Amino acid sequence: MIRAALIVAALTFHEARRRRLLWVVLILGGAFLLCFGTGLHFIAAEIRSQAHRGPAGADKMALNFIVMAALYAVNFLIVMVSVLVPIETLSGEIASGAIETLATKPVPRGAIVIGKWLGCWGLIAMYVALLAGGVLLVSRVVGRFTPPGIGIGLPLMLLEAGVLLTISMAAGTRLAGLSNGATAFGLYGLAFLGGWIEQAGTILGNAAARYIGILASLLVPSESLWQLAAYHMQHPLMRDLQMTPFSPASVPSPSMVGWACAHIVVVLAFTVRLFGRRDL
Amino acid sequence: MSEPVIESRGLRKVYGGTTAVHDLTLTVGRGEVFGFLGPNGAGKTTSMKMLLGLVRPTAGAARVLGAGVGDVKARAGIGFLPEHCRFHDWLTGRELLTFHGRLYGMRAEALAARIDELLVRVEMDDDADRRLHEYSKGMRQRIGLAQALLNEPKLVFLDEPTSGLDPMGVLLVRDLIRELRAKGTAVFLNSHLLSEVEVTCDRVAFVRRGRVVRELVLAGDGGRVDVEIKVAPISAPLLEGLARLGTNVRHEEGIVRLQVDGEDRIAEITRFLVERGAAVYRIAGRRESLESMFLELMEGEGAA
Repeated sequence: MIRAALIVAALTFHEARRRRLLWVVLILGGAFLLCFGTGLHFIAAEIRSQAHRGPAGADKMALNFIVMAALYAVNFLIVMVSVLVPIETLSGEIASGAIETLATKPVPRGAIVIGKWLGCWGLIAMYVALLAGGVLLVSRVVGRFTPPGIGIGLPLMLLEAGVLLTISMAAGTRLAGLSNGATAFGLYGLAFLGGWIEQAGTILGNAAARYIGILASLLVPSESLWQLAAYHMQHPLMRDLQMTPFSPASVPSPSMVGWACAHIVVVLAFTVRLFGRRDL
Repeated sequence: MSEPVIESRGLRKVYGGTTAVHDLTLTVGRGEVFGFLGPNGAGKTTSMKMLLGLVRPTAGAARVLGAGVGDVKARAGIGFLPEHCRFHDWLTGRELLTFHGRLYGMRAEALAARIDELLVRVEMDDDADRRLHEYSKGMRQRIGLAQALLNEPKLVFLDEPTSGLDPMGVLLVRDLIRELRAKGTAVFLNSHLLSEVEVTCDRVAFVRRGRVVRELVLAGDGGRVDVEIKVAPISAPLLEGLARLGTNVRHEEGIVRLQVDGEDRIAEITRFLVERGAAVYRIAGRRESLESMFLELMEGEGAA
């Protein structure tokens, strides 16, 4: 089972390379980091030149805000990639019929699902490392600033990617590519909206709105994970005073991380079952 | 029949309100080349997919290589060439074979040697390092065949294996099937090409609306044979006697024609005529072509 899953995972990597996905990611990721680095160079210089006018530490908070804006963009790209990468790999192969010869080999169907999931997750992890890691590296080198809590924030972003990847794969066992993508993005949209409703409910002190948001987060915990990541990667003053759009008024509970892990396991098990029982 | 590699009883598949396969009941023996014939939409591919474990039957039961359909271990002894050869076309031919061989659990050295052997056998050794999307339909079919034979299977499912092949390719498939039979490998051949089936198969099943309407032995002396006899005198008792040995007995201008099951019957007819003291000037048997039988069966079913 594990051996077969690893063979399928390696095929997914090979496919990404052969279909030039890796090159596209590298080139566009490089462009993204170049844009960020150039912008940060000028912004950091301006912030430092005006640092003496503001309170102590204000320059660091300003840089933190810029880095968070870049990480927010990275998060958005990770969401897109997490939904789009697995679309072709399972539902695409089902639609093309390429899955038939795989499914008649002496490997459990579950190994095909797990292998594809591992392959996609590995690719997305590389993407996260390239973009988020790149942003942090550029921030360190160009802006001479490293945001706090990156040891917690980056794994949470990767976990968020895992949640969306698993949902997209689950949808791919039953739906064709376009419907699969629409379903996964629709669920992400629900979680995104739920996150904002929860924040608004907390600020306004409305319990009903807050519970609606929490319910949406339980259904799809992706947005909660980003909010938690953003919370940890900001200066304490910024997050406590909610000085930026990335500072959640209602900080997701750490138990949401456990729930997200359980969510991935349950949805993946459901995906294995769905794929195992479907006609090919 | 030799030890069965496929045994299915009452396999049925219903999609929503549509029944794709009504009742698939058949047995295929070890080393047998079994043809599965039927018009488009007869349920041939669905039947094959049920036996391969790709489609879950709505009802019925089947055993393939002694295990329930879809059994993971049993699949180690099965090869499958899908219709239209739908593979990962961004792989090269060699990469495709390596990937599938690894899924069979083959060790690297043995796999590399087997791939080289098969590439030569399907005459694709010069093109093995080109990507599949650059291949012609016939080349994909050849690589697909190599893929189906990687594990030296005990049972091979071939879905339209000669589709898209040039005459040389058709001959290659024919030879491969003969080699498989000689090695004791059973072949389940799904094909529209009646002439191909007639040449390669030991036995065929005609499928109509997801039901096996007739099975026919092609190998050896089996099968329906048209017999033409020039004999004298033609009397009523002689015709009655011939009617006991065959069917559809008729006579015209000193020639009696009838149909018998298998060429063995011709010897019996000759003995009968000689014992009756009739003068036999000529007796000849001609096996009924699969094509005429197919058309007759399908028209008969259509009228029913």
